Amino acid sequence: MAEADSAQPYRIQGETGPWELVIGLEVHAQVTSKSKLFSGAATAFGAEPNSQVSLVDAAMPGMLPVINRECVDQAVRTGLALEARINEVSVFDRKNYFYADLPQGYQISQYLQPIVGEGVVHLDLEDGRTCEVGIERLHLEQDAGKSLHDQHPSKSYIDLNRSGVALMEIVSKPDLRSPEETAAYIRKLRSILRYIGTCDGNMQEGSMRCDVNVSVRRPGEGFGTRCEIKNVNSIRFVQQAIEYEARRQIEILEAGGTIDQETRLFDANRGETRSMRSKEEAHDYRYFPDPDLLPLVLDPARIAELKASLPELPDARKARFMSEYGLSLYDASSLTEERATADWYEAVVKGGSGKRDPKIAANWVLSELFGALNKAGLDLADSPVSADAMGGLMDLLGDGTISGRIAKDVFAEMLETGKDAAAIVEEKGLKQVSDTGAIEAIVDAVLAENQDKVAEYRGGKDKLFGFFVGQTMKRSGGKANPGMVNELLKAKLAG
Amino acid sequence: MGGLLDLDLVAARDALRAGETTSTELTRAYLDRIEATRNLNAYITVTADRALAMAKVCDEKLAKGEGGPLEGLPIAVKDLFCTEGVLTTAASHILDGFKPPYESTVTSNLWGAGAVMLGKTNLDEFAMGSSNETSYYGPAVNPWRAADDAETKLVPGGSSGGSASAVAGRAALAATGTDTGGSIRQPAGFTGIVGMRPTYGRCSRWGIVAFASSLDQAGPMTRTVADAALMLSGMAGHDPKDSTSAPLPVPDFSAGLEDGVKGLRIGVPKEYRIDGMPAEIEKLWAQGVEWLKDAGAEIVDISLPHTPYALPTYYIIAPAEASSNLARYDGVRYGLRVDGDSLAEMYANTRGAGFGAEVQRRILIGTYVLSAGYYDAYYRKAQRVRSLIRRDFDQAFETVDAILAPTAPSDAFAIGAEVDDPVKMYLNDVFTVPLNLAGLPGISVPAGLSARGLPLGLQVMGAMFEEAKLLRVARALEKAAAFAARPAMLEGI
Repeated sequence: MAEADSAQPYRIQGETGPWELVIGLEVHAQVTSKSKLFSGAATAFGAEPNSQVSLVDAAMPGMLPVINRECVDQAVRTGLALEARINEVSVFDRKNYFYADLPQGYQISQYLQPIVGEGVVHLDLEDGRTCEVGIERLHLEQDAGKSLHDQHPSKSYIDLNRSGVALMEIVSKPDLRSPEETAAYIRKLRSILRYIGTCDGNMQEGSMRCDVNVSVRRPGEGFGTRCEIKNVNSIRFVQQAIEYEARRQIEILEAGGTIDQETRLFDANRGETRSMRSKEEAHDYRYFPDPDLLPLVLDPARIAELKASLPELPDARKARFMSEYGLSLYDASSLTEERATADWYEAVVKGGSGKRDPKIAANWVLSELFGALNKAGLDLADSPVSADAMGGLMDLLGDGTISGRIAKDVFAEMLETGKDAAAIVEEKGLKQVSDTGAIEAIVDAVLAENQDKVAEYRGGKDKLFGFFVGQTMKRSGGKANPGMVNELLKAKLAG
Repeated sequence: MGGLLDLDLVAARDALRAGETTSTELTRAYLDRIEATRNLNAYITVTADRALAMAKVCDEKLAKGEGGPLEGLPIAVKDLFCTEGVLTTAASHILDGFKPPYESTVTSNLWGAGAVMLGKTNLDEFAMGSSNETSYYGPAVNPWRAADDAETKLVPGGSSGGSASAVAGRAALAATGTDTGGSIRQPAGFTGIVGMRPTYGRCSRWGIVAFASSLDQAGPMTRTVADAALMLSGMAGHDPKDSTSAPLPVPDFSAGLEDGVKGLRIGVPKEYRIDGMPAEIEKLWAQGVEWLKDAGAEIVDISLPHTPYALPTYYIIAPAEASSNLARYDGVRYGLRVDGDSLAEMYANTRGAGFGAEVQRRILIGTYVLSAGYYDAYYRKAQRVRSLIRRDFDQAFETVDAILAPTAPSDAFAIGAEVDDPVKMYLNDVFTVPLNLAGLPGISVPAGLSARGLPLGLQVMGAMFEEAKLLRVARALEKAAAFAARPAMLEGI
């Protein structure tokens, strides 16, 4: 049983005692670029099979790779965002193996000299802890094509659209200790990549895929033997695969067995991992420097330029949201995980008179807006309410034109009709009543109708105050200024 | 008719420009000659219709006084260059029926300069060989015969054997070759023509079927040094599609050709005096030294100490790269496919049937030297030795302008004589491979006849991108040697 106590490190309790998990990730992130790593062919997802294949991608005789500078820039930007060392000289190698969807018979990758060296990712965990995950390296490589085995009873079809598309392989250090940490790491990495626009992070479409290395050990001991689970394509599956794999290893170890270092596959339908190939069956990739390509040399001035062009990253933005807007860590994290959300939020806060309450705006975005979008199954980009319109609602709320309760009704109307808040308030006469005389009349009527309760209240039953407020608000159609209602009620009940 | 075929590239160009003949006439003469010399097996594919169509366009340009530097000149292309819509085989069964939908940069450049394509010439399979005997299309034959044995067919050398035979047999005005370990220079030496390998990076490799990427380089095979200079100008140039292509302007290689060697320093490397070298080759080399000395050059004894390691180094690096370069011939997308019950079986069947013995041997060697546990002992060590060889040359060229050596350790041998002994066959490249490992330019110039009456070449090696100076030295050597012998088969044409 995994322990639920968040203050304690994650352990799996075996028959013979607690076990610690050691997890490292290799994330393959498809580089956002117009064309492939070594050819001019397009990279769009979902195109007709074999419609985005150049002569180079099909490995026609005599074809040569030419590095796409856009992909190199993207890798450098990613390295910088991961606070990593950028290697001014890196080398492309050939990784040789035969497969039908690998036209060249080798993948161009980087082996001994990657473009990006050690870096770090900072995680905020749900229990409030923070931790750092080391990045071992990031290298550029080509993707392979796709084999389709289900299109014909005896043949496999090959789609080379993906062949040659640029991938960044981002290798973490074995710094992760639980499925949750691993999930947080993937989310954070995805957030960073999406902020800087170097990968769309779409795991369903395969533009982000994970190879997960898992081993277990007694707390405090050295590393155990690891197994690599290949090509897991959702965060949930990564967590399931880790959990299953760790338990499998623990069972073997507790039975006195040893772990075979091997490559395994995760079967999402059964929620289990199974052996793909053992260490003995591992390919001999015969890496050697690709003689068709010169070493990749980066100009320090270009690196500096790319660094200067980076947007504010999630960590920095989160810190600023906390200090500048006084948001909680949780709200700031939620708002900054996606750049689009943070931008949207800031458009609300900074728009209009500039006097909008950032905390209230945060609540509205996180609960009202996201609640409504979730319900409707919409993305922020498809929101029927624009940031501008949301700002208008905040203004009405801020200057006391409407109360919070009315604001929710107005917002519901905005979602439905797309109209702006002021128009809805005007149209429906929802403007908050702040006229003392009008509110006083309502209060008087409420008290007159509830003489018995007034007596009880005056007799010491303080809790009835809420009842009077409720009645007054109801009678006003929710439009009475709640502050004034409170004041008047207090005065009159005291009388 | 014979008169037309006797014009060399430069003379034919002048004749065309002067209106003394037409491209069509010249092209027809060569197409007829190709038919008459079918026994040389120099061509795999003859593109007669295309040649005449190209010639017609050239004639229209020439009539208007227009056209490029090679306008109307019919040449042959080694069948390692991809030519759009024309069967391209690399002399391998595995490329059966392969017609590329693209044109190599070098041939594009040549057609752009006005040259006319006669056809695709024979070669060793994937350019792996020194005799043209590994060709799936059968060996090309040397136009020369030994004086004492007119019957025995001789190899033209390799791998650019078909190009060499065609040029020596007057079945092409000139031809392209590629030189990975001597594949232009050695056949040029064996057939009494000029063959030049430019500096690595001078000619684009784009569209040339790759053998060993870090060594492959295209170059001209011609009758004279001046022809080589003219043709190289039409082949060379920076190509953004080849990352290893040099971003340098192409100089006029013909300029300064006649400037002579007065004041130049010519190095004579002692390590090229190998055991068992035939006396006649040693003698010719000494003669070459004398000729250049007489022409005013200063002769300098030099040392290239790592030369003895060049051949083994070459036979690690070239097969290593080849084993990877040839992985793409898997039966999946083009060329030959021999089906099997599984993917692995289809690969094995296709590659087993598609590749000849020598290609399979080199793939095996290459796979072995790159494999885990052997990489350091072979490939890595070979790369280190390669650096040392390069350094030898760098140091030598600090003091000399060019280096003189024999082209090959023997004259042309009989077809079949060495085919069963790969190591002996590999020794043909002993004088040529160091240059490839260093990436430098070299040229073979016909310099004399062996005792058997067969041509022998001398090789001039030059510094990086100093082809102009190299050609100048080669021209001086050519002038002094005044090689005028012709194969008997040319009698009466």
